[in-house]
Amino acid sequence: MSTTPASVLFDAPGPKTRRNQLVVGATLTVLALAFGAWVLWQFVQQDQFTAAKWTPFFEGEIWTEYLLPGLLGTLKAAAVSIVLAAAFGLVFGVGRLSHLAPVRWLCGAIVEILRSVPVLVMMIGFFNIYLFNGLFSGKEGFAAVVTALTLYNGSVVAELVRAGVENLPKGQREAGLSIGLTPSQTTRSILLPQALTAMLPAIMSQIVVVLKDTALGYVITYEELLNKANQIGSYKGNLIPAFVVVALLFIAINYLMTTLATALEGRLRRSGRSASLAVAPVEADLGVVTAQDEADARNAAGGQGGLH
Amino acid sequence: MGELFSEFPVWSAFFMTIKVCLLAGVIAFALGTLVAIFRLSPMPVLRSMGALYVNVIRNTPLTLLVAFSQMGLASTLGWHLNRADLYSDNFRWGAVALGVYTAAFVCEAIRSGVNSVHVGQAEAARSLGLGFRQTLGEIILPQAFRSAIVPLGSTLIAMIKNSTVVSIIGVAEIAYLQADAMEQRPDLMYWILAVVALGFVILTLPLGLATTHFGKRLAVKR
Repeated sequence: MSTTPASVLFDAPGPKTRRNQLVVGATLTVLALAFGAWVLWQFVQQDQFTAAKWTPFFEGEIWTEYLLPGLLGTLKAAAVSIVLAAAFGLVFGVGRLSHLAPVRWLCGAIVEILRSVPVLVMMIGFFNIYLFNGLFSGKEGFAAVVTALTLYNGSVVAELVRAGVENLPKGQREAGLSIGLTPSQTTRSILLPQALTAMLPAIMSQIVVVLKDTALGYVITYEELLNKANQIGSYKGNLIPAFVVVALLFIAINYLMTTLATALEGRLRRSGRSASLAVAPVEADLGVVTAQDEADARNAAGGQGGLH
Repeated sequence: MGELFSEFPVWSAFFMTIKVCLLAGVIAFALGTLVAIFRLSPMPVLRSMGALYVNVIRNTPLTLLVAFSQMGLASTLGWHLNRADLYSDNFRWGAVALGVYTAAFVCEAIRSGVNSVHVGQAEAARSLGLGFRQTLGEIILPQAFRSAIVPLGSTLIAMIKNSTVVSIIGVAEIAYLQADAMEQRPDLMYWILAVVALGFVILTLPLGLATTHFGKRLAVKR
């Protein structure tokens, strides 16, 4: 914390303050632990900690029949959505930068509309449309999850691409044009590679969003982790332990991705290849990407900051 | 299309979404500011508690939080927020889960705002002899909210869209209406989708415009 502005907010503690902090810290820790213990005790009271409810997770059956297929379902839907969303985002992001006004408007309108409709609404919508029209028979759930995640996250990636290109120094485009490249060649071979490098950490963190959002497939009975947790719950009568285990799985995977994104960010910055650190979406999760001012972005990208 | 409005409680679904968002928004804003203060505080214990909160919540799917709050806390533990009416209890648990989830993002938005305030401001406050509370409360936070307004607006818009998730615990809001209506009247399918999508545009557009407007007006010229 020593280099962040936060540490300017207070003095380095002296001996008396350190003693006070220790006392308050210890009290708070005890209080937090007491609260945790009380919650656990409540669960004990409800027989949530009986061996019968937890031993299934140490047996092979739950893992081979439920958790691993659920994890596979989650990862499969996420992987397909990520690839498709990247393609969608690239096409529409470049489309929004096109020098042809109609292309720019069309891509802009599509991206803006897709960004403002909730993922769940799209998912339920596509699920019913597929079901009603007999498309993807037997795989409607998977298809609907992938379609919704692709369209939504694709539009977010499109905004990332656009923000990345727009925040490059003006001279980059001018240089491309002045050596005789066409506007589209300039975009393709000069602007895009730089923008993508700069946006890589943000795109990585978008992957966490996709992973988390696959859990929405629960609603349309796509067999992903959360759905499987529910099944375990009704099979073994241990809904809460099942939720806890699945939550831990999600947290572990996503924390890994976040850490990876942060490490990548640091690496890019050190190697000086990231041309425009001026852009970092603070709330990429939540769909609306805003080009922040430089100071904002620097700290949002640093630390655990704005990446998720 | 008229049948849609006469057969299904469209207006009450919209009203329910707004109710969920208002409650969740209040929780998210209050809790998020508190956690942000935790994360900035001089006390290592508070800082790590804040970091733990943000990291755990941010990496958990909202769907799981909502399901857990109702099926775990409300059903299993019998923690009813409103003993009289279980139905409205689901609405409250859904809003609480949404608020708790959004608080993590509100915290990060505020923190990024605080970090964008120039260090000199904090240094000046410190050199005038102000303590942590005064420095943060009177000098830093008022300026931080200014640059946090755009990310905060985005967070609120996202929260409105995320409010659809509470439909999984049977709260009769827009997404619930959509699922229900699409199943019962597949012939009206595209109308339903259009009405629902339009509904969200109507709910989020003013907020988006306001965010851009205030973002521009309050932006610090550098």
